[in-house]
Amino acid sequence: MPFSSLLQFFVSGVTVGATYGLTALGFTMIYNTTGIINFAQGEFVMLGGMLAVFSMTWGGLPLPAAVPLAVLLVTAIGVAVDRLTIRPMRGRPPVTLVIVTIGISILLRGGAMLVFGKDTHSLPPFSEGAAIPIAGASLLPQTLWVVGITIAVVAAMKMFFDRTITGKAMLACACDRRAASLMGINVDVMVTLSFAFSALVGALGGVILAPITLTAYDVGVLLGIKGFAACILGGLGNPFGAVAGGLIIGVLESMGAGILSSGYKDAIAFVILLALLFLRPSGLFGKASADRV
Amino acid sequence: MRGIRKVMAALLGTALLTGGAAFAAEPIRIGAIFSVTGPAAFLGEPERNTARMLEEEINRQGGLLGRKIELVVYDDESDPTKAVIAVDRLLKKDKVSAIIGPSTTGSTMAIAPKAEEAKVPLVSCAAAIDIVSPVRKFVFKTPQSDVLAVRQIYRHAKKAGIRKMAILTASDAFGAAGRKELKELAGKFDMMIVADEVFGPKDTDMNAQLAKIKGTPAQAIVCWGTNPGPAVVARNRTQLGIAMPLYMSHGVASNKFIELAGKENAEGILLPAGRLIVDEQVAAKHPQKKLLAKYAGDYEKRFKAPVSSFGGYAYDALSLLAHAIKAGKSAEPAAVRDALEKTRGFWATTGEFTFTPADHNGLTEEAFVMVRITKGGWEMLK
Repeated sequence: MPFSSLLQFFVSGVTVGATYGLTALGFTMIYNTTGIINFAQGEFVMLGGMLAVFSMTWGGLPLPAAVPLAVLLVTAIGVAVDRLTIRPMRGRPPVTLVIVTIGISILLRGGAMLVFGKDTHSLPPFSEGAAIPIAGASLLPQTLWVVGITIAVVAAMKMFFDRTITGKAMLACACDRRAASLMGINVDVMVTLSFAFSALVGALGGVILAPITLTAYDVGVLLGIKGFAACILGGLGNPFGAVAGGLIIGVLESMGAGILSSGYKDAIAFVILLALLFLRPSGLFGKASADRV
Repeated sequence: MRGIRKVMAALLGTALLTGGAAFAAEPIRIGAIFSVTGPAAFLGEPERNTARMLEEEINRQGGLLGRKIELVVYDDESDPTKAVIAVDRLLKKDKVSAIIGPSTTGSTMAIAPKAEEAKVPLVSCAAAIDIVSPVRKFVFKTPQSDVLAVRQIYRHAKKAGIRKMAILTASDAFGAAGRKELKELAGKFDMMIVADEVFGPKDTDMNAQLAKIKGTPAQAIVCWGTNPGPAVVARNRTQLGIAMPLYMSHGVASNKFIELAGKENAEGILLPAGRLIVDEQVAAKHPQKKLLAKYAGDYEKRFKAPVSSFGGYAYDALSLLAHAIKAGKSAEPAAVRDALEKTRGFWATTGEFTFTPADHNGLTEEAFVMVRITKGGWEMLK
């Protein structure tokens, strides 16, 4: 296997993996403040891409306006999901809430199918230009956007959690909601905020990937599953682990498809995930604690 | 009560005035099963539209054998189980003379034994050769079989001096059928398959497969699948700077493919396709010319959507049945079947149909032309 091929597998793995990572990040944020897994996370990613496409085709907006608009709209949908479905169910067991999120994902997917139709759509790349050759492999300019935006999101989150009161308040909710609430932190606001953030990063993942991989009303399902796998791999509840988990799954998938057989592409990631769960049930970067899982 | 009677009388009056004696007889019922919703809706929707349009046209021209035709359409939601339920209703409750559809191979294979048992002719709009091979007495199909497309591609490649081929197929029913034919026929055309890669129909990144192909001595690639997979292949191919010719299947023969792949990435892709997609370039004296222009014009005017070869399959299925009913002078299922099997040289949108007891697809390689995507459009090759 020539080095240039391996490099190529790595580059495409990182590109797709970054989206898995951003999806996983969304899972983590909501898990940390509410203790539930939001199965509509993949739909946030889908909506990001689809709304950007349709702001352009129906709204006639240029790309630089359509992308932020799509991300804002999805963030608003995230807030609405929390206000309309999660908050009224407060205090119910996590399983009930998880089932509610599955319902939301079916609703969002069906709604997108009715409004946008069943066709696949493409979004133009953020910047023009041909592929950049690197040591025999080639890199799309859009890949640089994907990697750049992912790094920026992770850095911004680190700043947010380390430096701001709100960020610290959210971490406090993650540690112990009851104690946080007794200390005067408004847990409801923190939960809404976590939904807004997770929708935001999900939508970002959707818009940066749409120019490379195309988008349709049903792409959220697979992205949701891969994102969830990334989340578990990195250690549930650990934001940086989530992104790292996404990148690892993306690269393994791509390498597996290239070196072994492309027929097993989806299976490879899950086999590795299963093996890891047997050996390190708390994930690669998770702390081994019983109440986490 | 009186109101109702008045309405009835009025309706009866209009029916007598417009229909006249010609439509006094029972209508001829023809069943149709299409995947109008679900993942195969891109097939079923134009098929349903086309069949409805043709039904009206036939009735406007006085129906068949002096009787109106009545199309009973069911949606199988792209699900073979639903197709089986629909076929039971068509056979037992609606008592149809014949059935057109379903849209997919899976649904067709599921209902074929039912049609066979009830002795009602079925004209499928699905592609796989397995539908008519081995021949079932009552089952026919209109789309060109994969094997004809593979022959066209290999013939074209051989002429271009290509001997080493890489194949890249989708891991769904369509792709698997193409892969089988590609491998089986390679020897006949002196082709050596040097890479055999697969992609998932929902995959969004084919760089790994293409990078692997790039490392082999392949002189050309054949990609077999339906949207969106092949569009991703087209995009990744230009990204990796792969210059060797790329062949695709007839599964991408619609403008949607060029839109998804992007004009510059689709440039130069070669594929076999029915003449419908290049109807304007078909020679004026070609027997299909008038038919194609009329169908494309009517469809685009009525549904405000571009015509696709899939709708053409339904057009052909219904016109073949209409032809058989007229030729056999009967709408009895068994008589329709016999007349259908005697169809010779019937030109339709897909090609020239000549059914025999041994061939229930009835098309030759002639049904395909090689086209090249040029500047975002389709160019028919000589």
